[in-house]
Amino acid sequence: MIPSDYLSVALLIAGAIFFLAGTLGLLRFPDVYTRLHALTKADNVGLGLIVMGLVVQAESWAAVGKLLLIWVLVLLAGASVAHLVARGALQRGIRLWKR
Amino acid sequence: MSTVFLYALVGVVLFSLGLYALIVHAHLLRKILAINVMGSGVFLVLVALAKRTGEDTPDPVPHAMVITGIVVAVSATALALTLMLKLTAETGNAELPEDSRE
Amino acid sequence: MLQWALDALLGLGLLWLAWCALMSPNLLKAIVLFVAFGLLMALAWVRLDAPDIALAEAAIGAGLTGALLLAALARLRFAYADEETVGSPAQEEAKVRFPQWLPAVPLLLVVAGLGYVVLSLPPYATGLSTEVTANLESSGVSNPVTAVLLNFRGYDTLLELVVLLVALLGVWSLDGLALGRETAPGPVLDTLSRFLTPVFILVAAYLLWVGAHAPGGAFQAGSVLGAAGVLLLLAGWRFRAGLTELPLRLVLVAGPGAFVIVALVTMLMEGQLLEYSPEQASILILFLETTATFSIGATLAALFFGGRPQDDKEHT
Repeated sequence: MIPSDYLSVALLIAGAIFFLAGTLGLLRFPDVYTRLHALTKADNVGLGLIVMGLVVQAESWAAVGKLLLIWVLVLLAGASVAHLVARGALQRGIRLWKR
Repeated sequence: MSTVFLYALVGVVLFSLGLYALIVHAHLLRKILAINVMGSGVFLVLVALAKRTGEDTPDPVPHAMVITGIVVAVSATALALTLMLKLTAETGNAELPEDSRE
Repeated sequence: MLQWALDALLGLGLLWLAWCALMSPNLLKAIVLFVAFGLLMALAWVRLDAPDIALAEAAIGAGLTGALLLAALARLRFAYADEETVGSPAQEEAKVRFPQWLPAVPLLLVVAGLGYVVLSLPPYATGLSTEVTANLESSGVSNPVTAVLLNFRGYDTLLELVVLLVALLGVWSLDGLALGRETAPGPVLDTLSRFLTPVFILVAAYLLWVGAHAPGGAFQAGSVLGAAGVLLLLAGWRFRAGLTELPLRLVLVAGPGAFVIVALVTMLMEGQLLEYSPEQASILILFLETTATFSIGATLAALFFGGRPQDDKEHT
């Protein structure tokens, strides 16, 4: 393994940890709003770290561009869909969770 | 057991799960889901067996057939869903009628 | 060993998700689980060295099928919400007519029989891959899957485009419920659809072009276009007056029409249906794929719309 491989592995593992945390939040949080919070926040950063880990391994600048484009598009879609789910839940009268 | 036969067996079990659900469920939307799962099982068997070439590149002919199959499956699903909605509008019930000969 | 563990985990995950999707008491949950199942299938295709299928599965198998199922469920619940019997959660619950184990017994025999047949197949079989590799030079493209789809077995693709068209004709003749416009899309969905539509078109064009030598092609590109159509329809976009009749129909039949014309011309010139001469194969395949992409995209979006599109007089 060369030094850049270690960097990739570190970034990929960090990304996987964020995904794990987001999934845990999705499964364990009490209502739809807090679940969305956990999922979008953690998964966006997790995907970013994984993209970074793959960028280190990329063979060309075109591949780097494609990977970054995937991240930007997922960020955009994730944020919009989270908003739409929360809006739909509010319109259906689902209350915010209070302790 | 090799990867090929692992995925082929998963495909066989998926097909059977779908067939089971197709039989036990009365709701038509569930039957449509079940048929889609059955189709996925068949595709998985085809593509897994296409990997048996012993080289790096698998047999592309089953791959092309499965791509064709996926598109045919989605058009069949769309038609089936419309038929389901029409039947529900006619009978007020999203299930097939019981056999009247009994 | 690690590879094998990953494959085993993926296979078990597929089976578990399929079981949950098929047996979930809630229909909405069942559909969402089915979409997740489709995405996991895309991963399985990558593991099986089938990236072309993975692209098609992610776009069509998971994306568009999921959208179609959700739209049908919404119409089922919306149209019959006031009736007690239909669309109520009680009716949607998994209803069982006879003991659940009864069909399981013969099905276990089916699993055993099919499993035995699969396992008794020889571990190595080249299939048609040697023939494809030998003739790839003269096919006009270097991606073997595209070569099979558009050249060696072009008649499959021709008939498949006809199947898509027939399905749409069926939906239109049933006079299905067209997609309602009961809810306002809101600013986020509106902006998203405006921003993403050019990106979708760019991605579709890229997939179409790259399909000649790498994973991609007309079906993947067409399904991305169809997804753009679904997003626009959800955001409240409708056909402009005058576009629903002849222009829409021309786009719908362009793909199969071009295929039929090319098939007839090649039959007259070369004596065989869809037998291209190696010099012209590349340009012919690009032409067929381009028209097919437009037709597939339009047909998939129209299938999602449901009913026969009418001229929208209010919004012109």
